[in-house]
Amino acid sequence: METVKITIDNKHLEVPKGTTILQAAKQAGIKIPTLCYMNLPHLSREHKPGSCRVCVVEIKGRKTLAPACVTKCAEGMEVLTHSLRAMNARRTVVELLISDHPKDCLTCPSSGCCELQNLAIIMGIREITSVENAAISTYRKDESPSLIRNMDKCVMCRSCETVCNEIQTVGALSAINRGFMAVVAPAFEQDLKDSPCTFCGQCIAVCPTGALTCVDSTPQVIRALADEKKFVVVQTAPAVRAALGEEFGYAPGTLVTGKMVAALRALGFDKVLDTDFAADLTIMEEGTELLNRISRHLQGDKDVRLPILTSCCPAWVNFFETNYPDMLDVPSTARSPQQMFGPIAKTYLAQKLGIKREDMVVVSIMPCVAKKYECQREEFFVDGNPDVDYSLTTRELARLIKYANIDFNSLEDENYDRFMGESTGAGVIFGVTGGVIEAATRTAYELFTGKELENVDFHELRGLEGIRQATIDFDGTPIHIGIAHTLGNARKLLDGIKSGMYNFHAIEIMACPGGCIGGAGQPLHRGDSSVLEARMKAIYQEDANKVIRKSHENPEIITLYEEFLGKPLSEKSHELLHTCYFCHPRK
Amino acid sequence: MKNPMNCYIHAIFVIQENNPLILTLMKKYELEDSHKKTIKEICQSFGNKHGELINILHSTQGHFGYLPEAVQNEIALNLNMPLAKIYGVVSFYSFFTMTPKGKYPISVCLGTACFVRGAEKIVEALEEELKIKVGQVTEDGKFSLDCLRCIGACGLAPVIMIGDHVHGRLTPDMIKGILQQYE
Repeated sequence: METVKITIDNKHLEVPKGTTILQAAKQAGIKIPTLCYMNLPHLSREHKPGSCRVCVVEIKGRKTLAPACVTKCAEGMEVLTHSLRAMNARRTVVELLISDHPKDCLTCPSSGCCELQNLAIIMGIREITSVENAAISTYRKDESPSLIRNMDKCVMCRSCETVCNEIQTVGALSAINRGFMAVVAPAFEQDLKDSPCTFCGQCIAVCPTGALTCVDSTPQVIRALADEKKFVVVQTAPAVRAALGEEFGYAPGTLVTGKMVAALRALGFDKVLDTDFAADLTIMEEGTELLNRISRHLQGDKDVRLPILTSCCPAWVNFFETNYPDMLDVPSTARSPQQMFGPIAKTYLAQKLGIKREDMVVVSIMPCVAKKYECQREEFFVDGNPDVDYSLTTRELARLIKYANIDFNSLEDENYDRFMGESTGAGVIFGVTGGVIEAATRTAYELFTGKELENVDFHELRGLEGIRQATIDFDGTPIHIGIAHTLGNARKLLDGIKSGMYNFHAIEIMACPGGCIGGAGQPLHRGDSSVLEARMKAIYQEDANKVIRKSHENPEIITLYEEFLGKPLSEKSHELLHTCYFCHPRK
Repeated sequence: MKNPMNCYIHAIFVIQENNPLILTLMKKYELEDSHKKTIKEICQSFGNKHGELINILHSTQGHFGYLPEAVQNEIALNLNMPLAKIYGVVSFYSFFTMTPKGKYPISVCLGTACFVRGAEKIVEALEEELKIKVGQVTEDGKFSLDCLRCIGACGLAPVIMIGDHVHGRLTPDMIKGILQQYE
């Protein structure tokens, strides 16, 4: 490999040709500040528009300062990252950015995790002298069921645009207008809810400031908890337990299931239950549907639609409703675990406990922002009452715990309540890419072959590769499985199927990188892929720790079918646990 | 008097008399098949390349006179490109317009020389006479009113252009007479 020798701040380095000054400095332990730069190694994407000029450095012999993020190292280059000239320029750039930025940091939803705020701190900026009374450019606020767009705080790094267009291929956002009027917006400046936005929220996960944030539902939940007439039930999604600890100083990948349950109980929830239970229920319904379709296919039924697509991810549901309106009969009709939990809690559990539907409030804790939108979809309401009342993100739960003066770190582990708190390892792995299809395989294998599955670990279905394929031997019948995470990969996979490149029986799709563990409601990892890997490891660890690891062996699931639902795909199941999809190709 | 610089703009903005396109495009969001065909042909003539977007928009505006939402949507479908990206380019360049122009587009120069010699009074007189605001088109589609920065005729300030004709050394009371020249 060809290399070049350079000096950065008097440190001598030899780096491969093509390395940028920013990358080389990082290797040498020099942290050049950045703002518009974003690195997503797990998605092989480096976003470096070179537009903010925060990373400018001085290169000896060169007339102008150079942006470190896009300037490649050249032989003999002498770089100074903290010369007076570079520091002054950098400071001016940040001061100018702040001069056109609201100064409401104390009450900003991104306070404490804002990269512009961080820059002001590390540069010791205490006043904006240059343009003291200049007006700040303003833009109308856009509030969707999941996301809030506050363009007054946009610094035009355009990271959201890259994620929306290149990683997710959703194409909802683009930079529009010019100069001070420039913002990131959907076509014709329409609201996000009218755009092709899927509410996956990956844009808010990469936004360095408070320009793109998540809707805050904590006030409604606090009010419900304070209302004595309400019986408040909470469900926690699989991926939350593997990431919540990060908000309290634990290393990524620390499982905090027990502490989380204790904290929720301390918050005053009347029942602390598990979405993993509903995940097991999803497998019963979706797995049976999968088997039905495969059996019909094997018997030569030409009308059967294969491959079957998973439908647990609300952003993915939005995506295919918008982009593949001709394929609405292909995905499984099974609702997502969140939306299976709601109706069972508000019918079966409410009856068991002697509570009226309208007196029960179901709160979900999700790694996801699209879930906020999902629980507001019309089809998930019964007589004006939603199956799931409020959906909180992992970050919102952490805030709720802090509001309530609970010292999370000193909590003793506690267990979920019963009924609907029992789950299997199959339910847990819903939180990672490949997990839903692995859980379905564990159950479908036994139902299809009638034999016991000895090794439940399907390593061929795991990993962080964007598109994966595997063939599972169902006792002589090969079942072809495809897996994709991120909507861009989902599009590739679907287009591949349409063109006949792929041939699968079943496909799992998750909108977020890594699956739910990388959801936009999780603690922000700013592109650090080791965080995703650690969370993934934690989820598989939780699965391995479980005594029962197949959904159909969950004793509570067995009871539910015996006492209430009858069997999978029964009339009752169809009413409560299945849904249909709507074509909404948006402009 | 003709301004050679402006032939270019003239070709794009001045639409044939009673152009039926504007009416159909304004009334319906849906495009007629013939319009779709035209857009398809324009996109194909540039090889459906994303890099040719500005040329495609330029050419399309030349044909339709403006770029309404439906036309942008059709270009997005042809190029397999996010609509937001197309709108991003249309909104960036002041050359592209999403509102139709009149048969005789009026541009008032607001450059420094014209401004200090009373261009604002000229704008007011035009607005009053045409009963439209800057950026609008008269109800009969005859005139549209826009402002621009310096057409390079500072010696004639204040100056306006109607189509590719330049009218200079204006006072507000001259406006009525000038407009009457256009039928």
